[in-house]
Amino acid sequence: MGKTLFDKVWDRHVVSSEAGEPTVIYVDAHLIHEVTSPQAFAELRSRGLRVRRPEQTFATMDHAIPTREIPLWPDDAQAQVGALRENCDQSGITLWDIKGDVQGIVHVVAPEMGVTQPGMTIVCGDSHTSTHGAFGALAFGIGTSEVAHVLASQCLMQEKPKTFAINVEGRLAPGVTAKDIILAIIAKNGASGGVGHVFEYRGSTIRGLGMANRMTICNMSIEGGARAGMIAPDITTYEYMYGRPYAPTGKAWNDAVIEWSALATDDDAVFDRSLDIDAGALEPMVTYGTNPGMGVPVTGAVPQGKDLADDQQRRDLEAALDYMGLVQGQPMQGQHVDIVFIGSCTNSRIEDLREAAAIVKGRRVADHVEALVVPGSKAVKAAAEEEGLDRVFAEAGFQWRGAGCSMCLAMNDDKAGAGKYVASTSNRNFRGRQGSGSRSLLMSPIMAAAAAVEGQVVDVRGMLR
Amino acid sequence: MEKVDLIRARAIPLRADNVDTDQIIPARYLTAITTDGMGEGLFASWRYLDTGEPNPGFVLNNPEYKGAEILVAGANFGSGSSREHAVWALAQYGFKCVLAPSFGDIFYNNSLKNGFLPVVLPKEAIDALWDVLEGDPETQLWVDLRTQNVRMPDQQSLRFEIDPFRRDCLLQGLDDLGFLLAKEDQIAAFEAGRAQPAAA
Ligand code: SF4
Repeated sequence: MGKTLFDKVWDRHVVSSEAGEPTVIYVDAHLIHEVTSPQAFAELRSRGLRVRRPEQTFATMDHAIPTREIPLWPDDAQAQVGALRENCDQSGITLWDIKGDVQGIVHVVAPEMGVTQPGMTIVCGDSHTSTHGAFGALAFGIGTSEVAHVLASQCLMQEKPKTFAINVEGRLAPGVTAKDIILAIIAKNGASGGVGHVFEYRGSTIRGLGMANRMTICNMSIEGGARAGMIAPDITTYEYMYGRPYAPTGKAWNDAVIEWSALATDDDAVFDRSLDIDAGALEPMVTYGTNPGMGVPVTGAVPQGKDLADDQQRRDLEAALDYMGLVQGQPMQGQHVDIVFIGSCTNSRIEDLREAAAIVKGRRVADHVEALVVPGSKAVKAAAEEEGLDRVFAEAGFQWRGAGCSMCLAMNDDKAGAGKYVASTSNRNFRGRQGSGSRSLLMSPIMAAAAAVEGQVVDVRGMLR
Repeated sequence: MEKVDLIRARAIPLRADNVDTDQIIPARYLTAITTDGMGEGLFASWRYLDTGEPNPGFVLNNPEYKGAEILVAGANFGSGSSREHAVWALAQYGFKCVLAPSFGDIFYNNSLKNGFLPVVLPKEAIDALWDVLEGDPETQLWVDLRTQNVRMPDQQSLRFEIDPFRRDCLLQGLDDLGFLLAKEDQIAAFEAGRAQPAAA
């Protein structure tokens, strides 16, 4: 029987698998950031251990940092950034410092630098590590104890997950994006539908997407319950990677491409589960609730409890709507929006900003709306400025920020106020995620751009040019 | 790591599915560089009113459940962010164990690494427990890791599954890092046996 992409990558990284013990797998690249690593370094120190492979470890500053000039940093963010600097310095780890030219959200920067490569195992103390699966890597988030494990041993103990094929076929209609594909998948399969599995996104629609879009989809695998999502590498992947700082060169590059090209799932491989999505039937999506599975097409309405299968679902819907201040059966179009956030590791790449700017160009952000664009990295920011996108956004009334996580998790000073509706391109609409009491409406960058202009949820398809 | 074997305690019903780690501990409590002081942030958005006062409507603040060490939650508990702070917060608050129909993968793993016991029980059992605990907050539950049983209030025993290796680690208080470090020879052999990854 043939093997899946996941099986091939997994099998190549098994260090030990003995009866009665968890499998030990080797980690090729370990990404760390300021929020989930300090306690792991402390653990190593308390045991007198050293970082085993500093050259396979890369650090960013992204989660807690301000994304605008502020006179005084909060003490705690300062302490986290300071601890990361010290830990990286002592261990010889490459740090993409906020003071340097390379910096941004870990899941934007690592692919940009060519650290993310097909066939690798990649981990990070951050659940959206699944993003890197867009390159055919097995990439997943880990907790802080596991960060310490990888620092000390370059290995992890893992139970082998099951495989789950998500077949996406057909042509996307104009105005329907990668974000809508993944929101539709999660709406259909549920926020916990992928628990214990690794998704593989397959089919003609996926093959037709560029790397930024593939990353958007893999990024939200975790929101569907799967720890990882993968896409087989192909010519699109290699074109993106070629010439990036950590990508192989010369003969090593040619050899690598041959090796990577053998990673795709074999024709006769069998997945544990599968799901089919008709891309041609998709519409722009928007969430109405407090987990990413609570999404509907923008032309749709908030579901009604009477249509749900069981009591617990009804209670959860009621609780979510109570928090969101929405009512059952309410159409999504016309829902008021206070804040628009374009950013996060899901949708802050140059392609995302270009698409959003095209909607915004020559239009104005509605008077009552506060709108911000937070590029995923300094490189994205520079590229956007080169193309004049910063001016397009600024002229329309958007704030143009520095790179970081910002209002995706509201650890820095970018917080939505209680009760505020945020049209957001990020990945989580959890209660309070974007600030205490904030209400997130997840959508694509072009949908968010349209919402900024109209001051309410609208179908962007009416604004395409 | 502290050993886990028999937990005999009162339990709190948390009637909600998909309780994500942002609810268990909001991001504004993640600013520490140590693991201390996390208990204060546990369920902060639910536990405190905007004024900072305890929210009397939230079950953790109900004095009838004081001293409970077991949390009984809905499906997909601990989904979302990888923050291990969620487990630290639960443990520091005084919980030893969570019963739920299913868990977020990363949360489940993080729990085991902190001597904090996640127990998967069928949805019907959780529903029944919620009813009983809401009716009588004094109810004691027994969670016995050795025999992998939860003794329900009606004296019935419900078996739960847990990976045998994991179970032994918890019973003996062994942590994973020791296990991994003991694999040094195999790790070194693995590294020697393959071309260095291209990123190196
Ligand atoms: S942008 Fe948001 S989801 Fe992505 S790494 Fe940062 S906080 Fe996490």
